[in-house]
Amino acid sequence: MPETQLALQEVHAWYGESHILHGMTFHVDAGEVVTLLGRNGAGKTTTMRAIMGLVANRKGSITLDGCELIDLRSNRIARHGIAYCPEERGIFASLNVRANLMLPPRLKPGGLELDQIFKLFPNLRERSSSQGTKLSGGEQQMLAIARILRTGAKLLLLDEPTEGLAPVIVQQIGNTIRMLQKHGFTILLVEQNFHFASTVADRHYVVEHGQVIDMIPNAALDANREKLKTYLGV
Amino acid sequence: MFELIGVPPQALFGQLLLGLINGAFYALLSLGLAVIFGLMNVINFTHGAQYMMGAFCAWMLLTFAGIPYWGALVLAPIIIGITGILIERLFISRLYHLDHLYGLLLTFGLALIFEGLFRRQFGSSGLPYTNPIPGGTNLGFMFLPWYRAWVVAFSLTVCFATWFMIEKTQLGSYLRAATERPDLVQAFGINVPRMITLTYGFGVGLAALAGVLAAPIYSVNPVMGSNLIVVVFAVVVIGGMGSILGSILTGFGLGVVEGLTKVFYPEASNTVIFIIMAIVLMLRPQGLFGKPK
Repeated sequence: MPETQLALQEVHAWYGESHILHGMTFHVDAGEVVTLLGRNGAGKTTTMRAIMGLVANRKGSITLDGCELIDLRSNRIARHGIAYCPEERGIFASLNVRANLMLPPRLKPGGLELDQIFKLFPNLRERSSSQGTKLSGGEQQMLAIARILRTGAKLLLLDEPTEGLAPVIVQQIGNTIRMLQKHGFTILLVEQNFHFASTVADRHYVVEHGQVIDMIPNAALDANREKLKTYLGV
Repeated sequence: MFELIGVPPQALFGQLLLGLINGAFYALLSLGLAVIFGLMNVINFTHGAQYMMGAFCAWMLLTFAGIPYWGALVLAPIIIGITGILIERLFISRLYHLDHLYGLLLTFGLALIFEGLFRRQFGSSGLPYTNPIPGGTNLGFMFLPWYRAWVVAFSLTVCFATWFMIEKTQLGSYLRAATERPDLVQAFGINVPRMITLTYGFGVGLAALAGVLAAPIYSVNPVMGSNLIVVVFAVVVIGGMGSILGSILTGFGLGVVEGLTKVFYPEASNTVIFIIMAIVLMLRPQGLFGKPK
């Protein structure tokens, strides 16, 4: 029986007056790669932000390895060993590539060393003294993923890492995710690109109106293709 | 004795030195404002009052506790910095979700209150503070008082150290990153609210440090800050809001420009900085070292 690492129970979240998450419930086991699929505005990004404590108004239960996180501030949540790579990547313009990489503090032992990171992403070594936002979109995405690998966090939240990137870069990100899984990372992925999701994930949760409406194991994907098409409206 | 463009060298160098001294205060004060504005987006109008409180703190340490200048140089910035931390926690931190304007109004109100309290207690005539390093040396072309040389050298050192901390250290990376995306930096595990509080305390400490440096030169009085801070805000506008290096260079540069104006066209010496500010605002509204928004 695999060990549950992250579990959400009946999580509700609000931005001001608007109620975005309506009782999200799902779990991610240690070492799994799990995606949240769903249309725009279904609440996938808000789920990530709620886990990370970036949505001020939220209730329900979010546990990591059994520890309740719902009442903690985001810096305390991170210290439990979660690292977040936002959709807009969040590369800092006032820092160069190396400083961007070195920015997130070590949260736990066991993070990747700088040399290992540069081996994974050789481009970043070459451009380590460039201003962070001068990189290409693909390189910025690499940087955004690379910098959270140093932290020692075992659970990575990646919000649409392939958005707007060329196919060859998407492939490289896919390889990176599979490699990270082999290294023992647990990954929660938000994806619009369902094809990409099917090449990296173990399971898929379908999100609609701020709730999980279905769960499809990757192995059963073909059998559920029609159903999924209806869910995603593709 | 030789003359330069019709001006005796004693007058020229004397005014240059005065300009550098004023520049040292402009730089220290605008640096504190830049640090605070950079991270918090708060225009700290209490800055002048905090400079004044630094000078009074030095005077009180000497008068009531017998702690000399050198002790005050360390203690006064810490004490006034701590009052800054309390002000941030009690008042300013409640305004972050509102427009900047509220922070400006709050800090302006606090400045009036502090000045009023000190005026009520100490009057407005000014209290003397003994020069800790009297005397000086004759450089041939001018007389250099030791204390003034110390003020220029020390404030340059403090400015450089602050610049180094912000631009070259990991702590500085946190500060700069939090200026762009405080939420994300906090999600990496850094306690950003605490960092903001400490940064405000540090900026206020810089103002208090300038106040201690000023005590032996100017008399210690409750309005010393409000006289100076108007010019310092002009310096900040010229240098560019939030630019660390900009505030240092502009502070010293404008001090010297003001000193030279006293030599060549004394009538304009009180207004020259504001004239420059108007020109900069027309040609480069983000300031000489500011980034366009």
